[in-house]
Amino acid sequence: MKADIRVALVGNPNTGKSTLFNILTGLNQKIGNFPGVTVDKKTGFCQLPDGRTAEIIDLPGTYSIYPKSKDESIVFSVLADKAKAMVPDLIVVILDASNLKRNLLLYTQIADLKIPVVVALNMIDVSEKAGITIDVNLFAQKLGVPVVPISARKIKGIDELKNTIAYANKIALQQDTIDVDAIAPQLIAQIKDEYRIDNPYFALQLAHQHETLDFLSTTESERIEELEKEHSFHSQKAQATETIARYNFINDLLYDTVKKPETAHDESVSNKIDKILTHKIFGFVIFFAILMFIFQAIFSWSAYPMSLIEDLFIWVQSTLTKTLPAGPLVSLLVDGVIAGLSGVLVFVPQIAILFALISILEDTGYMSRVTFMMDKVMRKVGLNGKSVVPLIGGFACAVPSIMSTRNIENWKDRMITIMVTPLVACSARLPVYTLLIALVVPNKNVWWVFNLQGLALTAMYLLSIVSAVLVAFVMKFILKARERGYFIMELPVYRMPRWKNVAFTMYDRSKTFVLQAGKVIIAVSIILWVLKSYGPGDRFTQIDKTFSQPKYTKTMTPDSLSKVVASEKLENSYAGVFGHVIEPVIKPLGFDWKIGIALISSFAAREVFVGTMATIYSVEGDADKLQSVQEKMHEAKNPDTGKPVFTLAVAFSLMMFYAFAMQCASTVAVVYRETKDWRWPAAQFAYMTALAYTASFIVYHLLK
Amino acid sequence: MTLSQLEIGETGIVKEFTDLEMSVKLMEMGCLPGEEIKISRIAPLGDPIAIHVSGYQLSLRRFEASTIVLQ
Repeated sequence: MKADIRVALVGNPNTGKSTLFNILTGLNQKIGNFPGVTVDKKTGFCQLPDGRTAEIIDLPGTYSIYPKSKDESIVFSVLADKAKAMVPDLIVVILDASNLKRNLLLYTQIADLKIPVVVALNMIDVSEKAGITIDVNLFAQKLGVPVVPISARKIKGIDELKNTIAYANKIALQQDTIDVDAIAPQLIAQIKDEYRIDNPYFALQLAHQHETLDFLSTTESERIEELEKEHSFHSQKAQATETIARYNFINDLLYDTVKKPETAHDESVSNKIDKILTHKIFGFVIFFAILMFIFQAIFSWSAYPMSLIEDLFIWVQSTLTKTLPAGPLVSLLVDGVIAGLSGVLVFVPQIAILFALISILEDTGYMSRVTFMMDKVMRKVGLNGKSVVPLIGGFACAVPSIMSTRNIENWKDRMITIMVTPLVACSARLPVYTLLIALVVPNKNVWWVFNLQGLALTAMYLLSIVSAVLVAFVMKFILKARERGYFIMELPVYRMPRWKNVAFTMYDRSKTFVLQAGKVIIAVSIILWVLKSYGPGDRFTQIDKTFSQPKYTKTMTPDSLSKVVASEKLENSYAGVFGHVIEPVIKPLGFDWKIGIALISSFAAREVFVGTMATIYSVEGDADKLQSVQEKMHEAKNPDTGKPVFTLAVAFSLMMFYAFAMQCASTVAVVYRETKDWRWPAAQFAYMTALAYTASFIVYHLLK
Repeated sequence: MTLSQLEIGETGIVKEFTDLEMSVKLMEMGCLPGEEIKISRIAPLGDPIAIHVSGYQLSLRRFEASTIVLQ
């Protein structure tokens, strides 16, 4: 769709900006990325009353033009984009009418950039109820811009806003707010001169933000640094001066336009909820109850759709194998691409549920209370109150959880969270654990209620959290902080979740996961398929020759014969050869070359372990059912000693390996995407593999 | 007297800040000299604290609260 004008939405967090965006664009929106950074770029289209189409960009909520997080830094880069690819023709600034003072700070900064502005006075109904009277006409006159009172939640005033957008002036007519030049007269003059900029506030922002602006070249940025030194410009002092000047302007502005009742606005409902939800005892009890609920929901609600997806893929695979002529291309399609696709899509139910629940918790305002309650504990171990969310999410999948670390402003806290999140027992480890635990742990109860297998699984989950916390604690001392950590955060008033928003987040996160993880998993699946389907020399033709002899074809059913052939081929494939090659390395952990093959083939995704085990032990019948794989593994004997392969020691050693090793190509990819530096995923891979090897080694030798 | 010395339910008026970097962030979020601050609650583990200022509820750590000087 081609847009006639581009409109950007700007406002403080919790002012209803996203709600307004959803109303203006309907379902006609898409989420992309701002070039060069991993900040979601929400754009949509809106039909204006004059027939034209407006492209609406929802910029991240921010308190000021000075960024405190990666998300916030996008606001100025979009508004100042030199290439003009993203610069809006019009900015709609959304103000919370019930609390104009703080909201106006951002307005005055935006206004001084001299891009045409329209003000949407949101939550006008709430402010009226609170007895606040706003002289909208005088207010608009003083600002010099159109002001439209709206209520995004109640969908009021939207048509008027669309009209105002359609007929807004193309030139910026807003009144000046403060004397920008006075903040740093010589510096602003020189930057204006050297960079041919008319706008003093834009020049000042270049001085403040030149280090993070992509459109400035290194030499340009260094030149600005030089100028700053020359004029002894102190960024924070200038910011403080500016902020105070702006509030003085705002106080003057509000003096005769807004009348507030003398009695303080009562926020008692929210306060009463807080008394319970952040209570010394109940607060934690409720939090853990909610955690348990999320945990249960991720596993129990997703069970049915997940088995449905699995069955669907099994059906597709078997249908394709039956209908298409056998050959390497079909095998690539069925065992490479479709198998890989199935491995990605099977996690969609869990991710959708996790993100639906997380977005409900965020939308209601509860998540910021969790952060509030947990900050002290988390800080002790080098994390941040905000790390709680990604860590909980890690139980479902590390990929979306790592994506959700973006709202951690502090660089060091965010990095540590990213580094330890993959240690949390994600759902891909679950089939591996279930298989191995059922193999070696007896299914009986101790002390009446505790099932031994359940206890073993719980222990694996606890281990994952403990190890994440311990590693975070160690990293706290290794990583150097880039900036001072601080924790000034708004605790928004409790409100009902916006269900549309919840549904959209659910859809959006699942989509991102499928696209992000999908690409990598399918690529790696294809590579692994090649490794598993081809062998060095003529080994494969030899196997075919051997098993086409009558002594095999006569005595065995075609089905079991083909299983044996598959198993033989796997042993002689490149993957099998690699398995043999790494055997000396993994022998101290109690693993043989067959487990080696499973480790290699589950490099991309842990859950592949079960399928590989099925092939290696040429499981007959329904190879995708856990029980049949278990039986085969149970019967597996070491050819040299004649003893079972999967002893308690081997099974637990293997579980340790899966608990710690970074066997997830999607996580590696998403860590790179979020950090923009290959050294992070490399370091993560290295430390996790080292940890896995050590833990497996210790466990194997203790239990042997 | 600083903000960190107040108990739950007590109020004070902001006089100045002892930390420049923190002051900019606080002011952006509506915590300004001359504004009245009320301690609305303290996190179960004693830190951070939640304050009520200029119509909003903010949370901040005790250390951060100690940079806010009251009248």
